[in-house]
Amino acid sequence: MSTRMTKEAAETAIKEVLSVYPAVSREDREKHLYVNDSSVESVGSCLSANRKSLPGVMTIRGCAYAGSKGVVWGPVKDMVHISHGPVGCGQYSWGTRRNYATGQTGVDNFIVMQITSDFSEKDIVFGGDKKLEGLLREIKEMFPLAKGISIQSECPVGLIGDDIEAVAKRMTAELGLPIVPVRCEGFRGVSQSLGHHIANDTVRDHVLGKTEPDTTTPYDVAILGDYNIGGDAWASRIILEEMGLRVVAQWSGDATIKEMQSSHKAKLNLLHCYRSMNYIARHMEEKFGIPWMEYNFFGPSKIEDSVRAVAAKFDKKIQDNAEKVIAKHKERMAEVVAAFKPRLEGKKVMLYVGGLRPRHVIGAFEDLGMEVVGLGYEFGHNDDYDRTIKEAGDATLIYDDVTAYELEEFTKRIKPDLVGSGVKEKYVLQKMGFPFRQMHSWDYSGPYHGYDGFEVFARDMDMAVNAPVFKTTTPPWKTA
Amino acid sequence: MRQCAIYGKGGIGKSTTTQNLVAAMAEAKQRVMIVGCDPKADSTRLILHAKSQNTVMELAAKHGSVEDLELEDVMQTGFGDVKCVEAGGPEPGVGCAGRGVITAINFLEEEGAYTPDLDFVFYDVLGDVVCGGFAMPIRENKAEEIYIVVSGEMMAMYAANNICKGIMKYAATGKVRLGGLICNSRNTDREIDLIEALARKLGTQMIHFVPRDNTVQRAELRRMTVVEYDPKAKQADEYRALAKKITENKNLVIPTPITMDELEELLMEFGIMEEENTAIVGKTAAEESGLGQAASA
Repeated sequence: MSTRMTKEAAETAIKEVLSVYPAVSREDREKHLYVNDSSVESVGSCLSANRKSLPGVMTIRGCAYAGSKGVVWGPVKDMVHISHGPVGCGQYSWGTRRNYATGQTGVDNFIVMQITSDFSEKDIVFGGDKKLEGLLREIKEMFPLAKGISIQSECPVGLIGDDIEAVAKRMTAELGLPIVPVRCEGFRGVSQSLGHHIANDTVRDHVLGKTEPDTTTPYDVAILGDYNIGGDAWASRIILEEMGLRVVAQWSGDATIKEMQSSHKAKLNLLHCYRSMNYIARHMEEKFGIPWMEYNFFGPSKIEDSVRAVAAKFDKKIQDNAEKVIAKHKERMAEVVAAFKPRLEGKKVMLYVGGLRPRHVIGAFEDLGMEVVGLGYEFGHNDDYDRTIKEAGDATLIYDDVTAYELEEFTKRIKPDLVGSGVKEKYVLQKMGFPFRQMHSWDYSGPYHGYDGFEVFARDMDMAVNAPVFKTTTPPWKTA
Repeated sequence: MRQCAIYGKGGIGKSTTTQNLVAAMAEAKQRVMIVGCDPKADSTRLILHAKSQNTVMELAAKHGSVEDLELEDVMQTGFGDVKCVEAGGPEPGVGCAGRGVITAINFLEEEGAYTPDLDFVFYDVLGDVVCGGFAMPIRENKAEEIYIVVSGEMMAMYAANNICKGIMKYAATGKVRLGGLICNSRNTDREIDLIEALARKLGTQMIHFVPRDNTVQRAELRRMTVVEYDPKAKQADEYRALAKKITENKNLVIPTPITMDELEELLMEFGIMEEENTAIVGKTAAEESGLGQAASA
């Protein structure tokens, strides 16, 4: 069983790993690596994030299109999302994100479809606006119940300067349904993070406040930043409803455009993925006076904290309900912990995920007696790391926009019992002899949010860490 | 086969000069192809007596893609058996004309348009080399000789100098060289001297001075080159002389573009630009009149 590195050991590890880089790269990468000191308030200038990746390294990041189409807009189920440009971007991002939604495909749910304008040479040379118009009309004809269309720009659309805003405006009038142009060309920004921001801005400009809710109650809350991966938002919604709250919208897992349009009448915005939706939360606070708060529904301890914190924003009735909810699930959670903690106690975890989960799952691992000893974000900003240093233990190795080489080297040195990252990392690390869970897609499992999710989470972590296959392999550091 | 590209400021007369030159070459039994690399598609009209021929990109859009085209769909033969192709491209303000040029030239290469019997290929390129697409004709294995059409006007000379900078970039890694400046006269003062001086500074030659002559416009009205419309005209001889000089040209150089200061000095020397009065820089009209009063007070 591995142990946590000391601060000195972690610093040495950083130095050693960086030593192979040329001086310029080393200088740049040093700024992205950090050994946690939970006593400080802010990472300040000790860690830089949301910066351009180095040319020549294997970065794990995505692009602005991935942030907009894949994350924010893609899960809105009753809209058709056009991958506007050559076919590849749409094809290779098709059905990769496991954002579940109810409904009838082709009738009121379009998220499993791949709709693209399929640019060819002539569209590049002559411009694609006319083709886009035709496509929009076809969509209206083929899917008359679609409630809206978003146009997700791929790189070439921005390069040739197509005026998708003008097309969207014209066609919104002609077809009588909201058509949202999104300038999420992949070359913009340094990662998918800018795509989240651009998508938030288009939601603000084209969606928010466009419809009034049918009714309102004093207990209306909206979930922001839950994409319903493997059913996460459903598992979260149950808890909020048990508390007596009325969930008026889920942004954007299993969302309808109508619930997003009428979200401006919510009493409180509950923000799960801060990174991808803090923009719209801040906007709603400024424009509509809706307060927002972050919460964490991973693992019973964090759920309890969050349930109480949310209830504190409401009256006694909700607060009493909150305690009832906590009590109701206590026994079941204790059973889960009793079943899995003995098998997982003391195990060390390394994480490298998007912009939220590395800090949000720490509590869930701790509920199982596990410890996160290394973590990093693909596209976190400094405010994410500021939130992280308080959650992570001292001397936790923190790696921003980690390169494939660094992740492998750090893993070899830390020798964790479990690594949680994405599909690109999975097979490399498994072949290196490390138990692995995909923490973007929940490895085709889930939900992991909520009480229901924790049961699945605990089972899955055990399944990875204690998989018999790893007893039949000898990791490289044990052969030496 | 020699491949030549004609560059120069927009409106300087590249297409007219190219076609008249090519007509003179054809008259001398040279086998020539013109490739128009401008979405306006007016590089072959004087040879074909047409308003504009069907372009590669236009036909590709109509048929679906360039893969659906045959060479004979896009290539026409005009005066003196000159082969003509227009790349074509979008209307102003949409799409990507540069990509159109790249696509069209790739198509011509793949379809074997560059037959060994050709003596010359001329690329007539859009005035401003605004992006990589318009540099396509001077990339590796394409045009190795460049001629810049210029006049004694300031902006034309600026453009010529900028084009030289572009040539430098490609010359470093390839075989592209500058063949000279073609002065298409605008009857400005001391034009020959000025262009010759500029050519010297750029490390090249003024290969020919084409005087201004209304015969060119008369021929154009008839969608003809001077050599065809009025072979006895004095201007026809000018284009014949240019054709002969280019055919015999051995003076191919990597240009030495000059700095903005050097260019301005040259223009001042020839009285095209006045000595800069630094005292008036950034002064509004009101401030200047105030200055005047202060000075007179």
